[in-house]
Amino acid sequence: MRTLMIAAALMTGVLATTGAMAQTPAQTLRIGLQEDVGSLDPARSAQVVDRIVFASLCNALVDIGPDLKFVPMLATSWTTSADGKTLTFKLRQGVKFQDGEPFNAAAVKANLDRYRTLPASNRKSELASVDHVDVVDPYTVAIVLKAPDAALLATLSDRAGMMLAPNTLADPAGVATHPVCSGPYKFVQRVQNDRIVLEKFDGYWDAAHYPIQRVIFQPIPDSTVRLANLRSGSLDMLERLAPSDVNTVKQDPNLRFVSVSGLGFYDVTFNVGNGPRGNTPLKDKRVREAFELAIDRDAINHVIGAGIFTPANQALPRSSPYYDAALPFTHRDVAKAKALLKAAGHEHLDIELTFGNSTVSSQVAQMLQAMLAEAGINLKLRPTDYAAALNAAHNGDFEALFTGWSGRVDPDGNLHQFNTCAGNLNYGHYCNAKVDRLLNDARTKPDVAARKPLYDAAVKLLADEDPIVYLYAQPWPFALSKKVQGFTPYPDGLIRLRGVSVKG
Amino acid sequence: MLQVIANRLLVAVPTLILVSMLIFGLQKLLPGDPVLAMAGEDQDAQVIATLRAKYHLDEPVPVQYALWVRDVAHGDLGTSLRTDVPVTTLIAQKLPVTLQLAVMAMLFALGIGIPAGIVSAAYRGTALDYGANVFALSGMSIPNFWLGIMLIFLVSVRWHLLPSSGYVSPIDDFWLSIKTMLMPAFVLGAALGAQLMRHTRSAMLSVLSADYIRTARAKGLLRGRVIVRHAFRNALIPIVTVLALLFGELLAGAVLTEQVFTIPGFGKLVVDAVFNRDYAVVQGVVLVTALSFIVVNLAADVLYILLNPRLRRS
Repeated sequence: MRTLMIAAALMTGVLATTGAMAQTPAQTLRIGLQEDVGSLDPARSAQVVDRIVFASLCNALVDIGPDLKFVPMLATSWTTSADGKTLTFKLRQGVKFQDGEPFNAAAVKANLDRYRTLPASNRKSELASVDHVDVVDPYTVAIVLKAPDAALLATLSDRAGMMLAPNTLADPAGVATHPVCSGPYKFVQRVQNDRIVLEKFDGYWDAAHYPIQRVIFQPIPDSTVRLANLRSGSLDMLERLAPSDVNTVKQDPNLRFVSVSGLGFYDVTFNVGNGPRGNTPLKDKRVREAFELAIDRDAINHVIGAGIFTPANQALPRSSPYYDAALPFTHRDVAKAKALLKAAGHEHLDIELTFGNSTVSSQVAQMLQAMLAEAGINLKLRPTDYAAALNAAHNGDFEALFTGWSGRVDPDGNLHQFNTCAGNLNYGHYCNAKVDRLLNDARTKPDVAARKPLYDAAVKLLADEDPIVYLYAQPWPFALSKKVQGFTPYPDGLIRLRGVSVKG
Repeated sequence: MLQVIANRLLVAVPTLILVSMLIFGLQKLLPGDPVLAMAGEDQDAQVIATLRAKYHLDEPVPVQYALWVRDVAHGDLGTSLRTDVPVTTLIAQKLPVTLQLAVMAMLFALGIGIPAGIVSAAYRGTALDYGANVFALSGMSIPNFWLGIMLIFLVSVRWHLLPSSGYVSPIDDFWLSIKTMLMPAFVLGAALGAQLMRHTRSAMLSVLSADYIRTARAKGLLRGRVIVRHAFRNALIPIVTVLALLFGELLAGAVLTEQVFTIPGFGKLVVDAVFNRDYAVVQGVVLVTALSFIVVNLAADVLYILLNPRLRRS
């Protein structure tokens, strides 16, 4: 005990000699991130969290509003040709990159060409429909497509449309370690696993609307510690608050809770044809339906999600103009589930559920296990770490997989690659020519009016076939100090700092 | 003494080779593919193939190992698969951080463990002894991460006394750096201090019952002088052994402590790297860790000789 007192005395001694904790200057915003950022090169970036940093560092050609409508950014207007094969952008004039280079059509071409040709570019497939890029005049650029691509505008609102200073493009390692864009904040420093520091770019075309001078992103993966940092004043805001902490934040007089239902979803994907493990009773549609009937999405939302896990019955988010509001929800009906199982020839069934282990995912898995048990399905849980789950998904080493998707603005991003026969992310190898046709057609139609009926049909068909059971929409819960003002959450989860300030 | 050092260094080479082979092999046994983790959400087949070729992941494991050894021999530990940053740069960034944590934790451990051990041995069976034992037992049984989170809640969230996490370089702001590191170092040091206290106590007890101590006391020497000059010096040899072994525990404990306090050191680097299957980073970190473990144990051997004149002759 005496030793403890010595230690305590030592601590207070140091405190006394150094005085109060150093205060960060006003108008610095410190944001706690759930994980460390991967590559700071938009061409190589592969994580959602990277995009949160890019939102302050870089500008894309277009952006989205909170209602998912496209708004001008580096491009002030755009038109699609009658055949849908040319997309022409008028560019904003007087824009400078953070190194002083002017932004113009040649810069757009240089960037898009880089994204399309860099060997390890993660943007290549997103821009696969682009045939070539033409510089029409210094402030007009035309993107010529191989075939109409309705999702391209959405693609260009994200990393594939982000413009880097052309002089920096030659050195890919340089882009990743010191990206130079045209966004409101310029890169200062990155210490891996610790912080990314950005500073206001005074030459930004819209600088007047950005009162914050310095932004510090700090990856703190442990949600408890992240919240403790916010409460102690070491952070000003954090993203992805743990659902179990929602009430703590709501009750804290110094904090504000802001949440928005995201573009993505969490789901259970069934293996219906990927390798030998795809050969299970889950191949039978009735068994998959029974699985879904045993689930109570509202219970998951209330018990685990603290009310932020908006139940989902389809891949599209409610905020999307393509959301099919007419699609009925399958509500829990244990008797019907049992009847269906029986009709399929099973009294009891063992199914293995694979999932990347985290606090929330294991809670969801346990709850599914309890709910399915009542319908006669014995769910065996197989938690693995994320990388192993990804491997299992690719190799078909699973029967049922609890997984998620961060979501895309365009409906194509949430449906095509998961449900078409050759889709990159079609882990269960579900294959239906009708679905393929509908989703492929919808890619080529020009507008919402023409595309919506096709997506409605596809969503209906998929809901009937149940290759994937959607559980809830991915939420974007933020916790902020009351000092932070003017923050609006967007369904894409990005933190846009226009109009955001820190008071006091 | 030079002979001892030379012998130890000779043994170090095969040890390092063995460790690196073991880690290389074990990593490949882990399910999970770094390229899938790197390819991100979209999992573009073309990107996956390009990356696999670029990092030689399409070669057989022995070939991959040989390529790695060749690069290491040229001073190149490879680049992080996830962030494209050279592993040597990462190690140079993170090593000072973990060293600072380790040194401060060691100071806590020594500052708490040794005096407590001496006192409890000298006052065996008294309230002081029991008190120190209770402390030692709690220090060893309270998990690192729990103590860390509790301290964050009390010291940072409630009392606003110390920064809750992160890292500040002592070059940027010396006092802030010490303050930021105080809690993590205490958490890490407390467990080690507890163990050190137990070992010091038992080493002291066995020395205190030796004949020469009785003789020294009989000669009329002061009790304090006997304890410090005569007993403690002889008790130091087992303590140094324990210290060298504890160094390994210190590194292992740093992994957890760095997670809780979000300190961007070795521990956090290696955990993130393992989860992302960032082979080159794991490999580089393990190599450096093994090397430092060898160096510390070598230092312990040298210390024995300095402490115990009898060993100098043999």
